[in-house]
Amino acid sequence: MPKSPRSGRSTPHPDFDPLALYRTMVTIRLFEEKVGELFTAARIHGAVHLYLGQEAVATGACAALEAEDYITSTHRGHGHCIAKGGRLDSMLAEIFGKATGYCKGKGGSMHIADLDSGILGANGIVGGGIPIATGAALACKLQRNGRIVLCFFSDGASNEGSFHESLNLASVLTLPVIFLCENNQWAVSTPASWSIPIENVADRSAGYGMPGVVVDGCDPLAVHQAVQDAAARARSGQGPTLIEAKTYRWEGHYKGDPQTYRSRQEVEEWRRERDPIVLFQHRLETDGLMDEERARRIQQDVQEAIESAVDYAETSPEPGPELLYADLFAEEGAQP
Amino acid sequence: MSLIPCSQAIRDALREEMQRDPTVFLLGEDIGKHGGAFGVTRGLFDEFGPERVIETPISEAVIAGAAVGAAIAGCRPVAEIMYMDFVTLAMDQIVNQAAKMRYMFGGKAKVPLVIRMPSGAGRGNAAQHMQSLEAWFCHVPGLKVVMPSTPADAKGLLKSAIRDDNPVIFIEHKLLYAVKGDVPEGDYTIPLGKADVKRAGQDVTIVATSRMVQFALEASDRLASEGISAEVVDPRTLVPLDLETILASVRRTHVAVVVHEAPRRGGYGAEIAAEIQEQAFDWLDAPVARICGEDVPIPFSKALESLAIPDTDRIAAGVRHVLGR
Repeated sequence: MPKSPRSGRSTPHPDFDPLALYRTMVTIRLFEEKVGELFTAARIHGAVHLYLGQEAVATGACAALEAEDYITSTHRGHGHCIAKGGRLDSMLAEIFGKATGYCKGKGGSMHIADLDSGILGANGIVGGGIPIATGAALACKLQRNGRIVLCFFSDGASNEGSFHESLNLASVLTLPVIFLCENNQWAVSTPASWSIPIENVADRSAGYGMPGVVVDGCDPLAVHQAVQDAAARARSGQGPTLIEAKTYRWEGHYKGDPQTYRSRQEVEEWRRERDPIVLFQHRLETDGLMDEERARRIQQDVQEAIESAVDYAETSPEPGPELLYADLFAEEGAQP
Repeated sequence: MSLIPCSQAIRDALREEMQRDPTVFLLGEDIGKHGGAFGVTRGLFDEFGPERVIETPISEAVIAGAAVGAAIAGCRPVAEIMYMDFVTLAMDQIVNQAAKMRYMFGGKAKVPLVIRMPSGAGRGNAAQHMQSLEAWFCHVPGLKVVMPSTPADAKGLLKSAIRDDNPVIFIEHKLLYAVKGDVPEGDYTIPLGKADVKRAGQDVTIVATSRMVQFALEASDRLASEGISAEVVDPRTLVPLDLETILASVRRTHVAVVVHEAPRRGGYGAEIAAEIQEQAFDWLDAPVARICGEDVPIPFSKALESLAIPDTDRIAAGVRHVLGR
């Protein structure tokens, strides 16, 4: 397991608030636990891929962005969406497949998007978001709007051709994009230690002439720092950065995955020793920013927000048949 | 009117739309100084510079994907895939991303992009450079598919495609690039989803696409001298399809022949034939006939290549056959 490197290179983001980071991490944790519970109870259908254990990555990374910046996300995207400012009620309604969801119930867990918050969509195709992030960064550059793009993907996606084509093009065109690989060690049942024949995904940056940075993905401050540095680089026209956050997927690939491919002991070790929320809470306590009571209040607050979002989602209407053909094309409801 | 080749009509459409709208840009392999593999973008790099005519490495997946990303982030990209055959390398971004984004995001995203690609056989580049793969795209809900047959149509349709807020697959037959035709002066558009009757007739309706329209017209001239009056309908866009114009013609002529260059099995002609039979069955005097490419890869040999795709003779023979002449 990686150590926690902590460096202070650039000044913190003006809105940077460690307690807000803590709250976001707790929100992701409790949200995902709730989604897992709802899925197990068969109150939601389909499949869900939980972000448990990776909370520090989305939280630290998105805190280094401006509101108008873009992200692209993955099939394991709930955490990204929450960290970028997605609404819990609209997210849950979407996960329930309801008309009030972000996608009117037509996307589900794997396709949550909120373009108004800069969330260009989760993605059911591994590596599918990487070219899209590259193109969004191209649009930012051409429009000179000062925005940047943060692209979340995984160790598994770094073996897709789309990853290599995108990093190459982004570097050739000096695009304002940050490629953030969440190395959670497992691509379904395939260990990154086997499928990636070098130590770090970040080392692949050398092939594309951009910086490659390894950070502790269990430390939101380390992630924040790295993304902030990369963001400064992107905004100043110096092009893309590849960051690898070493983290761990606590759950199976999907909720209900029997996980015959890895040992219970490995999972327990990460949960026990590298829980990003426990580690961060300890640090905040050491810094005098947090105490038990405060942490409990935040957790309770978040839990209430999630419960009311669940109520909203579950009592929302199903999409009506008029939505079957709606939004296929920009001409409302047009059938070719 | 001016008499210009298809490639110039397409270039004029690109230029005019780039002048009209600063968010329009081009993206693709060798499209800059070189002007593209078929010279379609020649001169545009000098005119608009490297920010509007963006050359890429040989990376079809990210060409298509970057077009998708740029489109949802406020631009109107026009990507070029050098040969339609190479679109296989970009299919995830077209099929799983571009086509579905608006729908699966509940109408939030607008994906205004065009992907241009040259299709078609007839110049000896063999199996991996000569295909007509339009049926694949027609099968994916969320894409529009355009396949012009004349310079005037190509220009007007491309302008509509660029202004359209949806992903549009724009298929240019490479053997039409040099074919000249009259093109109206100035700015005009042709709506997507509107067929054109290229020749009026009473005895048979030939529905043909892309280069096959030229062959169908030649066949019709020949048939006219034999006393057969053929009507040639060019759908121009396959999705959306102007079925009304096709059905109206068939209801008058009572005989339909569908012609395309792509292989017959699973081709878009099957869809058109099925629609005609479902919606105009009572008007038909004969089963709807299909004259299509053979179900083989395009062979290199000139002798074999010419057997693999329909030509004027085969269209004329097919029409005679269905009319029992």
